[in-house]
Amino acid sequence: MVLRHIPIREGILGAAILVLLGLVSIRYSGFIAPANLANVFNDTAPLIILALGQMVVILTRCIDLSVAANLALTGMVVAMLNVAMPGLPIPVILAIAILLGAMMGAINGLLVWKLAIPPIVVTLGTMTVFRGIIFLISEGKWINAHEMSTAFTGFSRTAFLGLPVLSWIAIATVIVFGVMMSRTALGRSVFAVGGNPHAAVYTGIDVGKTQFLAFVLSGALAGLTGYLWVARYAVAYVDIARGFELEVVAACVIGGISIAGGIGSVGGAVLGALFLGVVKNALPVVNISPFWQLAISGSAILIAVAFNARAGRSKGRIILKSAEGSV
Amino acid sequence: MTDHATPVVSMDAITKTFPGVKALDAVQLDLYASQVTALVGENGAGKSTTVKILTGIYFPDGGTIRIDGEPVTFANANAAADAGITAIHQETVLFDELTVAENIFIGHAPRTRWGLIDKAAMQSAAFKLLQDIGATFDPRTLLRDLGIANKHLVAVARALSVDARVVIMDEPTAALSHKEIEELYELVETLKKQGKAILFISHKFDEIFRIADRYTVFRDGGFVGAGLISEIDEDALVQLMVGRTVEHIFPERTPNVAEDVLQVVGYAHPTEFADINFTLKRGEILGFYGLVGAGRSEFMQSLFGITKPSKGVCKINGSIRVIRSPADAVANGIVYVPEDRGKQGTIIGLPIFQNISLPSLGRTSKSGFLRLAEEFKLAREYSERLDLRAASLDQDVGNLSGGNQQKVVIAKWLATQPQVIILDEPTKGIDIGSKAAVHEFMAELAEQGLSVIMVSSEIPEVIGMSDRVIVMRDGRIEAELEGDALSPETLVRHAAGISATQMEEA
Repeated sequence: MVLRHIPIREGILGAAILVLLGLVSIRYSGFIAPANLANVFNDTAPLIILALGQMVVILTRCIDLSVAANLALTGMVVAMLNVAMPGLPIPVILAIAILLGAMMGAINGLLVWKLAIPPIVVTLGTMTVFRGIIFLISEGKWINAHEMSTAFTGFSRTAFLGLPVLSWIAIATVIVFGVMMSRTALGRSVFAVGGNPHAAVYTGIDVGKTQFLAFVLSGALAGLTGYLWVARYAVAYVDIARGFELEVVAACVIGGISIAGGIGSVGGAVLGALFLGVVKNALPVVNISPFWQLAISGSAILIAVAFNARAGRSKGRIILKSAEGSV
Repeated sequence: MTDHATPVVSMDAITKTFPGVKALDAVQLDLYASQVTALVGENGAGKSTTVKILTGIYFPDGGTIRIDGEPVTFANANAAADAGITAIHQETVLFDELTVAENIFIGHAPRTRWGLIDKAAMQSAAFKLLQDIGATFDPRTLLRDLGIANKHLVAVARALSVDARVVIMDEPTAALSHKEIEELYELVETLKKQGKAILFISHKFDEIFRIADRYTVFRDGGFVGAGLISEIDEDALVQLMVGRTVEHIFPERTPNVAEDVLQVVGYAHPTEFADINFTLKRGEILGFYGLVGAGRSEFMQSLFGITKPSKGVCKINGSIRVIRSPADAVANGIVYVPEDRGKQGTIIGLPIFQNISLPSLGRTSKSGFLRLAEEFKLAREYSERLDLRAASLDQDVGNLSGGNQQKVVIAKWLATQPQVIILDEPTKGIDIGSKAAVHEFMAELAEQGLSVIMVSSEIPEVIGMSDRVIVMRDGRIEAELEGDALSPETLVRHAAGISATQMEEA
């Protein structure tokens, strides 16, 4: 009964992660020690958070390539704020980061919704614009650890019930998104818009508005991650997280989110991110070159897509009476 | 005339069967050189199947096709093209970003010695082809810079570029303006002079009588009659087209006079329709009849809030309501079951119960959270009412048969507890048995006090099901028919725009 509710795709991916952990532990048993796994999870937390936002966007048949630039810009802004006003409380910083990120997401969403520009073009454009703005406001300078307040950099590392706050934020995001996707009208609209936009229109769902909201969500999470990222690494500069958007998209694709929209799950996105996180952390431990890591991540994407394409292939119409019920 | 000449192409006792449907039953069709033969028939008479057999897309199950009296078989579409048969389709298949010449010769462009496309030869050949059909534009223009009529000329030129002897025109004037239609008629004359045999498919009687030399009438996949246009009048042709042998049984209904539910006043759109006024009573089935392109679906989409009307008011239960989005329409008790159910109906990937509850989420949720138990209850109630056959309500809707998917779509709408349901071509493409079930069901809905607007192009269905029928033509209401005035002949006349004086004579 319980097994019935674990979808096959997520099951296979989960098993793949376990196999990977098993293989690594043969070479280095310390890797699967709880403390190390917690570290791996914490290291993957930003990817998990961003993958959840990206998942919503991809489900509505869009894509958000600007998440990493959004993250970097928000990170730079909150870091500069911290330098200028060291006394600003962390909850205010968090609110500013989320709002700023959501605003950048809203720009993407409005361009897609109101001007009907293809999302890949919109976010490719805003990605470059956001990076440019970072350079303009920072004049290309770095903000280093010693310029930031200890409260600012310490927040994401503060341990709470044995895990850093960063991990807890990722867990909270997973729960919130899990509930949102399965139990709210917005979550349902996201699947409807991606699954069959024409039918969604006739159901009274505004396709453009749903896509807009998806971008806002993705932007808000990018903003949130922006602060967490800068705090964790205690440095802000133009190029932080450059190229990270592709890793985010990769996590979604490996997690079985269909690039064509409408198919995917929170569990899939999280597992996809964890898979990449494990690969990234495990390979150096067993002395495999980081270049192999790229090749393995790439292969995982191709295998996942090929697998989903096979599973998603329509089984054809049931015309024979005798075949009815057997599928 | 040349009645004893050998036809260029002749279809003799051609039969084509699809699973469950006999699309063509021993039909006869002859096409003569330098003559225009009009193929006349209602929707579903087998005209499109005929075109597909002639162009080698379908293979007939029985009968013979003869060219110049010699039996031939077309293994594929290329074989038909090689035999000189080309078709200009309803929606022309052309490429916007290529030049006119490239469009004409795509797939069979002249080559140079090195196997590359010979641009100069292609352009001069295209120029000559265009000149032959009276087109004045440069073959080097990009297709997207041309208007619809000129694109049509390109399609014709492409058809002629393979040395056609037979040209099939499938409702060529459906999308054209008045002036463009005149130009098309001239083109047909030109083709006739060049000795082509032309098969002209049209619903418009004025043009049939203007340009055709012969007619052939099909009805329900069978051959009804053929002859010279000069020897028949409009009434006799209408009679041949609609006269029915088998009557489909429609459910008995007693129309009950009740209050107005929906009142539409002066709906207009800049390009699609104008002056739409009508009322809809509780428990009534109102038919909307018209030719393809008469603006029925366009108006319905506007009534449902997908497109915005430029003028017009909509009153529901006597009070004025503004409908500017489908969500407004659903909130005001108007739902729309679109024609293309595959594309616009179910959402594959979502389970059945979520498909059904999708427009009713406001009712099944509490303080922003969906309650799955409520959703299931709602889905179960309506799927039982519609006798939906499914293993379980949380299976993917994509695994259902077409008929059951349609039930899911209807259940979805009924679950919103609407007052007005708009059904666009509710029985298009489904078999006779399912048709009867849909008709039963419509009658039942009306019985329960739901007002039904049925857009249909099938005359028996319109007459058999509707209490009243509104006929649309060229974006306007042409007639409102009821009682004895409602007959196949009057419907066809109004839809085809046969003038009033001729009707009085009849």
